[in-house]
Amino acid sequence: MTDKERIINILRQDARISNEKIAVMLNITVDEAAKMISELEDEGIIIGYTAITNDEKMDKNFVCALIDVKVSPQVSCGYDGVAMKIAAYREVSSVYLMSGGYDLSVTIKGRNLREVAMFVTERLAPLDGVISTTTHFILHRYKEKDKMFTRNTDERSLVSP
Amino acid sequence: MDYSNILSKKVQALEFSGIRKFFDIAASVKDVISLSVGEPDFKSPWEVRKEAVRILEQGRTAYTANAGLAELRQAISDYLYKRSSIRYDASEQIIVTVGGSEAIDLSLRALIDTGDEVLIPQPSFVCYAPIVKLVNGVAVPIETKAEDNFKLTAKALKEHITPKTKALVLPFPNNPTGAVMRKNDLEEIAAVLRDTNIIVISDEIYSELTYGNERHISISQIDGMEERTVVINGFSKAFAMTGWRLGFAAAPKEIILQMLKIHQYAIMSSPTVSQFAAITALNECEKDIEYMRGEYDMRRRLIVDGVRELGLECFEPEGAFYIFPSIKSTGMTSQEFCEKLVQTHKVAVVPGDAFGACGEGYIRISYAYSLEHIMTALERMRQFLKDIGA
Repeated sequence: MTDKERIINILRQDARISNEKIAVMLNITVDEAAKMISELEDEGIIIGYTAITNDEKMDKNFVCALIDVKVSPQVSCGYDGVAMKIAAYREVSSVYLMSGGYDLSVTIKGRNLREVAMFVTERLAPLDGVISTTTHFILHRYKEKDKMFTRNTDERSLVSP
Repeated sequence: MDYSNILSKKVQALEFSGIRKFFDIAASVKDVISLSVGEPDFKSPWEVRKEAVRILEQGRTAYTANAGLAELRQAISDYLYKRSSIRYDASEQIIVTVGGSEAIDLSLRALIDTGDEVLIPQPSFVCYAPIVKLVNGVAVPIETKAEDNFKLTAKALKEHITPKTKALVLPFPNNPTGAVMRKNDLEEIAAVLRDTNIIVISDEIYSELTYGNERHISISQIDGMEERTVVINGFSKAFAMTGWRLGFAAAPKEIILQMLKIHQYAIMSSPTVSQFAAITALNECEKDIEYMRGEYDMRRRLIVDGVRELGLECFEPEGAFYIFPSIKSTGMTSQEFCEKLVQTHKVAVVPGDAFGACGEGYIRISYAYSLEHIMTALERMRQFLKDIGA
């Protein structure tokens, strides 16, 4: 594993860890660590740092939905045109091009069911190129971005030889 | 009934291990976060678990040969050859045991007669002296010191050898100090032992967890030492297979034969499913070892740095997954320090004297935990040290 790969692994566990600590762990200087991180950012390998939140805890009515979208590809740009349009909406948190029975998988977040329904019917479905949508509401989230929503219990004994 | 008159005086005189005693204290405090375990936080490799399920589904649940499955012994022989260039004969020089612990027990029982002395460098794992006592031997501790990087020195060894010395336990990479013995260190030890009949019981359970550019080297690889060394190793630490209870010993066939006799009466054969799974571990899981070693190495640097930043003196360990910082600057004993730390700031670490009297003034901290866990615990320790004015 290269130092850059190790840095990515560390940041994926804890993006708030200091450059000093990363430097200690990899046995490199703080400047070297900072340089590698900014290179990773420049290369577009690290595209951002964000908090993983349990929105259900903040807002009981919070809903999240996965929408399968069928799209007719455009001559000039395939699926990219529609995908970018969908991705630009504030409510949309992820957009993937998929293999299989539909084309785009879109994740959206809303404050309540109605908000999500309105988004699909008024903004998503009428878009040029969108043929159909199927909305799946997410009932509960267990794990996201490598993190469990419940604290992992350590089944090892508290003290052992 | 007065059991004290019934039960063996020798056994009653044995104390529970200091680790065990401290567990009882830590378990009585709520919401403790622990830096006290002596086992990996990784799960056993997936291939190993899958193989165990497959073997169970096939109903392979009978005893194996006393010494272990022939195929496993062959795999162990190949593994040892790859690591040490010594070819142990799979049918006569290897025995598969219930953890490295059983191999330690067997080798001591096979060697020791009443009054024989066994040299035990300390601080070290807790089981050696009690087993020696159970076979009416005499455990002779040899203190290893921070200024020697907790290595066993030829000088200290020489000072403790008497005509009654039968064996030397060589527990490196060391639990709890993290010390390792490099080639030149071992050559000095070998020079002392080569003209004696002292047998080395080399407990190498942490051999895969050696950091830095040089890999672990066994004393059996030093000239003239193979014939006087029992190599002990196992699957618990390197392959994260503690609960499978599987280890092994490799030694001259005369020694293995006597060990096998005891094993055959006491154990019959090691757990069958574990043995099959261990073959997979040896054949397919080198990459898992590499991965885990890399993770431990990063945590090792982080925690040594973190503890030093707290103002505690800390030797830089080169093996296993423990650090052994000194807490002498606080003016407390190891017991006081650990009890107070767990009671007031809910962090469990093990008092150094659990690993021999010379461990007094130190604590053992394990880094077999996630980064997040380690950083939280260090933060609590910082608060603790501030509160006690250290």
